Amino acid sequence: MYDMKALYEAESVQDAVRLLEEHPEAQIIAGGSDVLVQMREGKRAGVELVSIYGLDELRGVKLEEDGTLRIGSLTSFSHITKDPLIQKYINVLGEAVDMVGGPQIRNIGTIGGNTCNGVTSADSASTLHAWDAVIELTGPQGVRLTPIKDFYIKAGKVDLRPAEIQTGILIRKESYEGYAGHYIKYAMRNAMDIATLGCSVNVKLSADKKVFEDVRIAYGVAGPVPMRAVHAEEAGRGLEVTDGNIEKIGDTVLEDVTPRDSWRASKAFREHISKVLCKRALREAVLRAGGAV
Amino acid sequence: MKEKNGVIGKSVKRVDAFEKVTGRAKYTDDLCDRNAYVAKVLHSTIAHGYVKSIDTAEAEKIPGVVRIVTCFDVPKNYFPTAGHPWSTEPAHQDVADRLLLTDHVRYYGDDVAAVVAENEVAAAQAVRALKVEYEELPFVLDVHKAMEDGAPQLHEKYPNNILAHTSIRNGDYENAIKEPGLKKVEGWYQTPTVQHCHIENPVCYAYMEQGRVVVVSSTQIPHICRRVVGQALGIPWGQVRIIKPYIGGGFGNKQDVLYEPLCAYLSTVVGGRTVKLEIPREETFSSTRVRHAIHFHIVSYVREDGTYAARKFESFSDQGAYASHGHSIAAKGMGCFPQLYPCPNIEADTYTVFTNKAASGAMRGYGIPQAMFAMESHTDDVARALGVSPYEFRMKNVMPKGFTDGFSKNVNYYDTFRECMEKGRKEFGYDKRLEKYAHQTGEIRRGVGMAVFWYNTGVWPISLETSACRMVLNQDGSIQVQVGETEIGQGADTAFAQMAADTVGIPFEMVHVVSTQDTDITPFGTGAYASRQTYMAGFSIRQTGELLKAKIIETACELTRQMKENLDVVDGNIVRTTDGDILMSLGELATEKLYSLTNNGHLTAESSYQIKNNAYSFGCTFVEVEVDIPGCRAQVTDILNVHDCGQLINPALAEAQVHGGMSMGIGYALSEKLLYDERTGRPLNNNLLDYKLSTFMDHPDLQASFIENYEPTSAYGTKALGEPPTCSPAPAIRNAILQATGVALNEIPMRPHLLFDEFKKAELI
Repeated sequence: MYDMKALYEAESVQDAVRLLEEHPEAQIIAGGSDVLVQMREGKRAGVELVSIYGLDELRGVKLEEDGTLRIGSLTSFSHITKDPLIQKYINVLGEAVDMVGGPQIRNIGTIGGNTCNGVTSADSASTLHAWDAVIELTGPQGVRLTPIKDFYIKAGKVDLRPAEIQTGILIRKESYEGYAGHYIKYAMRNAMDIATLGCSVNVKLSADKKVFEDVRIAYGVAGPVPMRAVHAEEAGRGLEVTDGNIEKIGDTVLEDVTPRDSWRASKAFREHISKVLCKRALREAVLRAGGAV
Repeated sequence: MKEKNGVIGKSVKRVDAFEKVTGRAKYTDDLCDRNAYVAKVLHSTIAHGYVKSIDTAEAEKIPGVVRIVTCFDVPKNYFPTAGHPWSTEPAHQDVADRLLLTDHVRYYGDDVAAVVAENEVAAAQAVRALKVEYEELPFVLDVHKAMEDGAPQLHEKYPNNILAHTSIRNGDYENAIKEPGLKKVEGWYQTPTVQHCHIENPVCYAYMEQGRVVVVSSTQIPHICRRVVGQALGIPWGQVRIIKPYIGGGFGNKQDVLYEPLCAYLSTVVGGRTVKLEIPREETFSSTRVRHAIHFHIVSYVREDGTYAARKFESFSDQGAYASHGHSIAAKGMGCFPQLYPCPNIEADTYTVFTNKAASGAMRGYGIPQAMFAMESHTDDVARALGVSPYEFRMKNVMPKGFTDGFSKNVNYYDTFRECMEKGRKEFGYDKRLEKYAHQTGEIRRGVGMAVFWYNTGVWPISLETSACRMVLNQDGSIQVQVGETEIGQGADTAFAQMAADTVGIPFEMVHVVSTQDTDITPFGTGAYASRQTYMAGFSIRQTGELLKAKIIETACELTRQMKENLDVVDGNIVRTTDGDILMSLGELATEKLYSLTNNGHLTAESSYQIKNNAYSFGCTFVEVEVDIPGCRAQVTDILNVHDCGQLINPALAEAQVHGGMSMGIGYALSEKLLYDERTGRPLNNNLLDYKLSTFMDHPDLQASFIENYEPTSAYGTKALGEPPTCSPAPAIRNAILQATGVALNEIPMRPHLLFDEFKKAELI
């Protein structure tokens, strides 16, 4: 039994926007795997809800004419993992969201919810950062796009303006074509857990597979919001693909990550694991890109 | 006792399998009236202090709120909560230190008020709207600090917060350590606070009927619960009726009386209406019971030839805020020290100490998983110091056949430890793995380890052991069986049915075990704990079954005119043993007897049996781990438990029991720890996300193996298996990590945080 003041079920995206305008205090609910938990904890007790869960138009993955991959915000984790387009172009995202919680959570949880709640540990978020994802938002003024790095403002806060809902996540062709990636979730157990640290890497190798043409490294829980390791990426670009260079790139991430001490893990521990994960993810990404180390 | 064609020793299907698999089995919440009032508890948000006032004005205004009860309203009947049999000698009674609600708060999460409302939402809103004013006192979370002079005092009668201190002195330790040429091995070992994490949270509902209070509860101990509810409410025990339906696990947490007294009281203040009190998971962690965290110190003086000259043991057990099961846990752990590796010169001391944390109570293994972590880690340390194989060192020193414990009179009738170790060594391929992993380098390394465990069966002679049974014959020759020992998921009802079937001489399918215990109806029994169910219930089932069988034979004599010496009940028929002829079915006999106009009777039997025996139950764990050194993680890649729990009543259920215990042992070793905030005393991870209970993705396939040495003191040759499987995995895993990395971890859980620190110290990373 949940303590809610009212539940409004949207019938279309426009209807959702209208409902949010009418009920400015309302909380958007999709799968509910975060919102219902918070209500039960008393944090959002007595809240008004606008449910967008029925909006099937926001489900599914499509390849647009220009090669952009469009992931509807209500697509569940399990559907993303099993989607043939995801598997073909950015399989690492499917692998990443397959590490969320357990099967029931992956069936109900949506990628839109995972990004809109603004937590640094979200398994989709670091991988979406690594792919330079673009967030599509629909509101009273229509549709606007924002790069995912700008979407995250601070811990628990994203750039979702009044009466806006997230309607899609876009990955441009230039972001994924020629890249191969790997995600490592470091958690305290092998299921039903949130990441202590997450590292998602993708690389583009030269034609002969000997040089890193591009390196993208993204982290969850290395700071208050998911982030890119820009110094390490910069250090990696143009380097030869060698074990020593992977070590070098991995060591550089300390210039980027800013984990904190908490009872969950110490800063020193998280920094150590940041390096370990980066190196391991890079090695795997290189193999997947057809290179060798 | 094993019938030739009987069902004992066979893996028959659980009697409750279909009910549980189809979801038809009724648990407490399924049975509760949908119109019941809902209660919620307000817990303290300080670790130590006094409630000065509680402002209920805002809460009372919330629609649906029926009644608010604060710590100032409840009767001052101090009661004990431990699920121990009552003792009529005051000196042996449990400490009575609880009230239904308290103004003297002793831990963060203590119970200070309760709300009764028409629904859950109103109850939750009202709890949030209560305003409590506290007078805060300093608090203490660490056992050693709690023992210091000037430390915050939790209870008046216990100076330095010491609930109890007991000792063992055998031989002359001080003199023995002077022997020349001895090697000294010393270690400190720490085990964590963990929680049971049964699937079904504590839940009960109470109502009044004909002036009495009825409580339906998810408890392991209905008859004990009746006594404690009576004590807490200050009413005669016969005024209380406890009903225990199916329960979703307990592991010892429900071997304490938790919220049944409060729920019963709340019903009495709302005119006897049904009040349901379900404790959410967060509160189950923060405010029910936990396993005692224990800090151990062991010193061994050992000769070059690998024998012990003298040994010292100290332990400091974290009781938390209330006595609950108290010193029994630490004392049990110390008690096995002189037995496991007998040594003539022993000095042992154990302290149980109050701290401002959740009360520690019973949990699967009752002090032995803690003690085994310390003792069996230490055993490997000693073997390493001597440069001998840990396996051979154990073979040399572990309790021999024929060992008799002076206090319990337990006898090691077989060379159980060595038989289990030999079996495990062979089945696990221990030697090959030991050699293979002896000299490894690189980031990912494997290691193999082992540990043995000591256990026993039931609580005799420390406490009462008794069981009672009733059997009732139906017209069709089937029977109902009732015992006070409870089904808590372990399969006890099935084992009881197997015993009854063989003793009476009827097919398994014709035994109907009444799963629900109802203290108005069920014969007296103390419940599920101490791994006592099959062993203890066995005595009264055997005795009652034979009584019933004697009555059946007597009736058969009347009906068939044969002498009783020539009659037997076999497979549900009356058989003349001289020629094997079936004279009539038991159904025919029962129907004739029940409806006879000349010699009518209802065949039933009932008896109770006091057990003045206990039985050793030993075994061991073999384990292989993979350690990711830079990743600071250890993972179990293979694990085998070997047990000698006597004759197996149901091998499939026994195996399942071992799997569950091993799973609990893996979590204990690698991931589980309830954390408290040093600054406030608040539990930090009291939910199933942040508390890292291991999942089956964290386990390899779990293997169980058995030695079936028939237990001579037992009614059916069986003995303890409920708790033993969880006792030895943790030290075995620790010893495997030691083999893999050379790093001796003396603390559990061996989670990444610890591995990071220790690998750094060892310069592995």
